[in-house]
Amino acid sequence: MGRLFILFLFFGLTTAISQAQEIEVCKTCEVKTIQAAVDMAENGDVIRIKSGIYKEHDISIIDKSLNIIGEGFPVIDAEMEGTAISIRAENFSIEGLKIINVGRSHVNDFAGILVSNSKNFEVKNNRLDQVFFGILLERSSEGIVSGNNITSNAKDQSTSGNGVHIWKSEKISVKNNEVVGLRDGIYLEFVNNSEIIDNICKDNLRYGLHFMFSDHDLYKGNVFENNGAGVAVMYSKFIDMQDNQFRKNWGSASYGLLLKEINDSELKNNIFEDNTIAISADNTNRINYIENDFKNNGYAVRIRGAVYDNNFTQNNFLYNSFDVAYTGKLNDNKFSNNYWSGYTGYDLNKDGIGDVPFRPVTLFSFLVNKTPEAIVLLRSMFIDMLDFSEKVSPIFTPADLIDEQPQMKRIQW
Amino acid sequence: MLKILKYSFYDLSRSLWSYVYFFFYLLLGVVLLFLNNDLSNAVITLMNVIIILVPLIGTIFGVMYFYNSREFTELLLAQPVRRSSIFLGQYLGVAISLSASLILGLGLPFIIYGLFQSGAIWDFASLLISGVFLTFIFTAIAFNIALSYENKIKGFGLAILVWLFLAVVYDGLFLLSLVYFQDYPLDKFSLVASMLNPIDLSRILILLKLDISALLGYTGAVFKQFFGTGLGAFTSIAVLILWVIIPVWRIKYISAKKDF
Repeated sequence: MGRLFILFLFFGLTTAISQAQEIEVCKTCEVKTIQAAVDMAENGDVIRIKSGIYKEHDISIIDKSLNIIGEGFPVIDAEMEGTAISIRAENFSIEGLKIINVGRSHVNDFAGILVSNSKNFEVKNNRLDQVFFGILLERSSEGIVSGNNITSNAKDQSTSGNGVHIWKSEKISVKNNEVVGLRDGIYLEFVNNSEIIDNICKDNLRYGLHFMFSDHDLYKGNVFENNGAGVAVMYSKFIDMQDNQFRKNWGSASYGLLLKEINDSELKNNIFEDNTIAISADNTNRINYIENDFKNNGYAVRIRGAVYDNNFTQNNFLYNSFDVAYTGKLNDNKFSNNYWSGYTGYDLNKDGIGDVPFRPVTLFSFLVNKTPEAIVLLRSMFIDMLDFSEKVSPIFTPADLIDEQPQMKRIQW
Repeated sequence: MLKILKYSFYDLSRSLWSYVYFFFYLLLGVVLLFLNNDLSNAVITLMNVIIILVPLIGTIFGVMYFYNSREFTELLLAQPVRRSSIFLGQYLGVAISLSASLILGLGLPFIIYGLFQSGAIWDFASLLISGVFLTFIFTAIAFNIALSYENKIKGFGLAILVWLFLAVVYDGLFLLSLVYFQDYPLDKFSLVASMLNPIDLSRILILLKLDISALLGYTGAVFKQFFGTGLGAFTSIAVLILWVIIPVWRIKYISAKKDF
């Protein structure tokens, strides 16, 4: 019995020593500011912040693995001065905070939460409001940014920042965030092997998603809606875009998705709805567009120069003003087995494939490409007649740009 | 003049054709709203109809009415009434009754559908205003032609030809010149060219009101900038009014000199 007691005591002691300390922060507690709690804390400690308003900025955490937990969304008010929290550490987490009023600057990238040179971290379920940059990650890896809600009131590009801004990082997972009213919703530059999943980017001033020089990334289930210029992806390879929705990016300089110098990528099961230009492809090679829906767009697909080996198969092109606008030579780009709402052919042998090939480029879209001013004749009767006669006997439009096997029914995917 | 206007208006309001025209628009409005379920989409489709059909119907109806009421006109000419009031009265009678059919025929279904609660009301209003202008313009042109040619076949032929030119051929020439001179800056040219033709002008005015104007890109921006200003709005209305006034003045001029 005595030996058992000693054993218990021993175990009790060891767990007490190794157990992380918990520091509570509140207005009536011993520790009143978050910075003080951070200074006190040791590796592995938990800082529990009770609800209240904390007027602090430039809280910095350096080389401490802390778990910061907000209870009832304590407000960190940076009072328009500098970054709210900046971190350089490994194995840490920040959750449940509400960060407001981050400072604006033309020189420094002030952020709600700034993570630099860090590894293995988690930033989740925070609310950020009136921020310059929301969550800024640099030179970091293996992090998770999830469930955050970032809002601001960006007015012009020079005085606003990005919601989730990631620079030179690796293996980052950005999930379930909502970014509304910033400059770019999600911005990635030199970010490899990362995944961007189920985020919502709405009403941002410039791009919903903006990424450059970022390879081997997965974009899945995101919604990009009503952003100033849509989504721009540039200079990247091995990109996988699935189940995303690009909606209502409408304006004379807007895109659903702007692809520039993208290679070896795949776009599957995306929905493009109500965009001025759903996809503008410029200098893209070896890209597969499979089972996407293009609905009610101005232009569904606009192909600019130097585009090689792009395959459009099993897509639905529904009621777009122009299905395809094309510049230059065909360059082994292929359109096959798509459904086109403008297809008027027949299917005598009932195999679901139209017997007459479909020409997605109308004469008018061909002319507009050559002479942009001709667009003022949009919806004129002469143009309808012209398109009709060109459809009956094609003379001007590229002869080999055809869908040999247009589907009779909308493709279900 | 008002008396003659009243007589031709009553005469037309008893005529079957006015009702056919009215019911055609009523049916069109109802069917469009039924199929589209969306006011602003219906406005776009209506635009296509209005800029083609309204001028055509105005032209044909004007010529037809003038030739058919010739005996009545001759009777009136024997009375102590000013010539200009006879012809202008008849012209206004036709134009007003056609416009009324248009406004009522399209307006009713849209109002029942809830136009006043919708944001599309200004798009719709600009649609109706252009429709009314086009009716006045093309009826006046039709009266001109009918006054100038005794021969009905010639008159009808020429009227149709004028409609065809403004609705279709003009755009063809416009496009040709755009393609031919594509190396030059064409914004100003296309602005002027589309202002000169009432059909093109109404099309552009309606298009710029709709979302679809974003498609117009850079050229559209130039257009929007111009039409958005007071000067642009004033010029475009002035051009439309000129298109009414010149043919009407010519009706007066010819009718005063013509030997019946």
